[in-house]
Amino acid sequence: MIPEIGHFALILALLVALAQGSLPMLGAARGRADWMALAGPTAVLQLALMLTAFLALMQAYVVSDFTVLNVAQNSHSAKPLLYKITGLWGNHEGSMLLWILILALFGAAVALFGGNLPATLKARVLAVQAWIATGFLLFTILTSNPFARLVPAPANGGDLNPLLQDPGLAFHPPMLYTGYVGFSIAFSFAIAALIEGKVDAAWARWVRPWTLAAWCFLTAGIALGSWWAYYELGWGGWWFWDPVENVSFMPWLMGTALLHTAVVVEKRDALKVWTILLAILTFSLSLIGTFIVRSGLLTSVHAFANDPERGLFILVLLCLTIGGSLALFAWRAPSLKSGGLFHPISREGALVLNNLLLATACATVFLGTLYPLFLEALGGDKVSVGAPYFNATFVPIMAPLVVAMAIGPLLPWKRADLPGALGRLKAAALLAVAAAFAAVYLHRGGPLVAWLGMALAAWLAAGTLTDWTGRIKLFRAPAGESWRRARSLPRSAYGMTLAHFGLAVAIAGITASAAWKGETVRIMTPGDVADLGGYGYRLDGVETLRGPNYTSDTASFTVLRDGREVARLTPEKRRYDVQRRETTEAAIHTTGIADLYAVIGDPDGRGGWTVRIYHEPLVPWIWAGALLMVAGGAVSLSDRRLRVGAPARRRKTAPAVA
Amino acid sequence: MMKRKHRRMLALLAGLAALSGATALVLIAFQDNIMLFYSPSDIAAEPPRAERSFRVGGLVEEGSVRRLDDGLTVEFRITDLAESVPVTYRGILPDLFREGQGVVAEGTLNPAGVFEAREVLAKHDETYMPPEVAEALKAAGQWRGQDSVGASSEGGAQ
Repeated sequence: MIPEIGHFALILALLVALAQGSLPMLGAARGRADWMALAGPTAVLQLALMLTAFLALMQAYVVSDFTVLNVAQNSHSAKPLLYKITGLWGNHEGSMLLWILILALFGAAVALFGGNLPATLKARVLAVQAWIATGFLLFTILTSNPFARLVPAPANGGDLNPLLQDPGLAFHPPMLYTGYVGFSIAFSFAIAALIEGKVDAAWARWVRPWTLAAWCFLTAGIALGSWWAYYELGWGGWWFWDPVENVSFMPWLMGTALLHTAVVVEKRDALKVWTILLAILTFSLSLIGTFIVRSGLLTSVHAFANDPERGLFILVLLCLTIGGSLALFAWRAPSLKSGGLFHPISREGALVLNNLLLATACATVFLGTLYPLFLEALGGDKVSVGAPYFNATFVPIMAPLVVAMAIGPLLPWKRADLPGALGRLKAAALLAVAAAFAAVYLHRGGPLVAWLGMALAAWLAAGTLTDWTGRIKLFRAPAGESWRRARSLPRSAYGMTLAHFGLAVAIAGITASAAWKGETVRIMTPGDVADLGGYGYRLDGVETLRGPNYTSDTASFTVLRDGREVARLTPEKRRYDVQRRETTEAAIHTTGIADLYAVIGDPDGRGGWTVRIYHEPLVPWIWAGALLMVAGGAVSLSDRRLRVGAPARRRKTAPAVA
Repeated sequence: MMKRKHRRMLALLAGLAALSGATALVLIAFQDNIMLFYSPSDIAAEPPRAERSFRVGGLVEEGSVRRLDDGLTVEFRITDLAESVPVTYRGILPDLFREGQGVVAEGTLNPAGVFEAREVLAKHDETYMPPEVAEALKAAGQWRGQDSVGASSEGGAQ
């Protein structure tokens, strides 16, 4: 009964989306306030219906209702409760439901918090949201119904892929989807603006917080996924340039560019057309990110079961959304008035450079990811494009971006004095050179680019701090004055400082882990000690243990440094009962400067075990950097001037500040 | 203040510079870093150059997996049921590596005709057949119509 209610709610949601997509749009065109007023309530109703459907499926998962096909295929009664719940989005149908639920959540948020949006803009934005929802509800109901029944019901379910039974991956999809779907708001605002034919600073002020929120979630989602790959796959790597990683990375690159141009539109009323295009491209890449893996065109870890019918539907949907919005852009964009002029050497100019490089980097990733697909479609060879390609193209494009990132924030709007800004960065340049020398000195034999990476990280970190100390006049004004300035500095400025500093930290981590990772693979018998990176790893023994739904061979290592115990590591090799699959659980001890990472493999039949040990320098910094970036976004989001209701309040507070 | 025309020109030039730089990078990277896929039959028909990296895919031949005395190096054969190629790999094999299963290995062919794998790609799903392997089996006329569902490759998180 409850699954039927869920199914019914899903169909009702489709009908509501149709109403929400048509009447308010027509109303906005004809100036009918009553039709436009429908947009808000329908968006909230949409959320209520999607929530009903989602909870209905969750109920089926929690009570293990195996008469529902989706539950029978992906759950098992002996699974821990957490993974019963998260198993809901560990499969194609369930994850579609989550995707649309988040879409409805964002739509309702605009309806509820967008009280001071102009009525026509609000109606159009929500109508465009409803078009997106219509497409994906149709797709779900027609090809991927999560509520399909199974008769006769099996005694027990097929269980969730054990690799996905992990806290990192349990929360990774909702984060990632919130990021992807969050960009739909920027997209809807862009389409609505194209229809209205008007983009102004107020428009940018509404778009920016939504984009920023989506960007934060996407950043967190990518970092979480990368962290999962790092500790769960047992390969000691955290980024593989796998298609599925790349498709989440592309909207991030575009979204980052969008975030920066939105500032220019808001502050300087320039780059409007470009910002609209970026909003369309970012969401298009998000759609590609969510769906290209499902269409069966690219295979990867998350290539959920795919059938040709679904692939075709997805392609049509992608073509309609992306092609349609780009066509609308081509038709309407020329009518948008372009705004403020600026000198190339200025904050705007720096942000244009940022956009240019990010878009180019995104294009190379796009090409590398989809090239095998294009080549095959044209009847060419079967090829794969691996990490070396991406390292050879992406890194050289990002390096100048990082150089410019330290300079850009020091430049004022409109017209800037570049030698002056560079003069302020003397200390940063010195520090970068010092970091390069330190890298060369500490690690003879590492690749040459390593010192460049460390220099860039130091340059960016020091440059970011230079900007901050300059703003609060640290050491150039009395301490009290600096303190007062530090407190009155807007939160968005702190957000930028945090995020840029976070990137610097992450770059240091990425460089160090790529250049100086240590690895040893060997057979060890209990009592053996393996030396790596200044630490000794002593295998104490391996025992067979029983978990809730698996058995594991658990090894225990004592890690020694100069004869003293530093840590104990217990890597496992698990065999899950239901699917008879094995997974590797790496054991990781972090010192803050490096991760000590151990994996246990197969026994050799003579009392020894295959063991893989990694010394991962600065890898924890990558996650710390990502966390700082997310925190920067969140701090900036809490800036009162950026809040959705800001324009009205800002006028009131403005005299007080002046 | 610059004229609008000049500004446009400058933006266009910067865009072109970025684009041509990126194109050059992409072309150079493509030249060196694209890996071709071979089936065992392809290798038998026309072996690739010795130092060139490529991927080979097929099934792990039944009864061919042998661990050398150092305990780390594994020898096995990858077959498309028409031809097969010997492979050596040093290290921990993926969790789902088994005889009779589809695998994709990445590495080079040594002068003796043995494929030295740098990486053996695991699959996260045992009912899954890498599409390249399915194609290779089809080409060799050995395809038995296994449903290909699920997922691949050692990497990949999102």
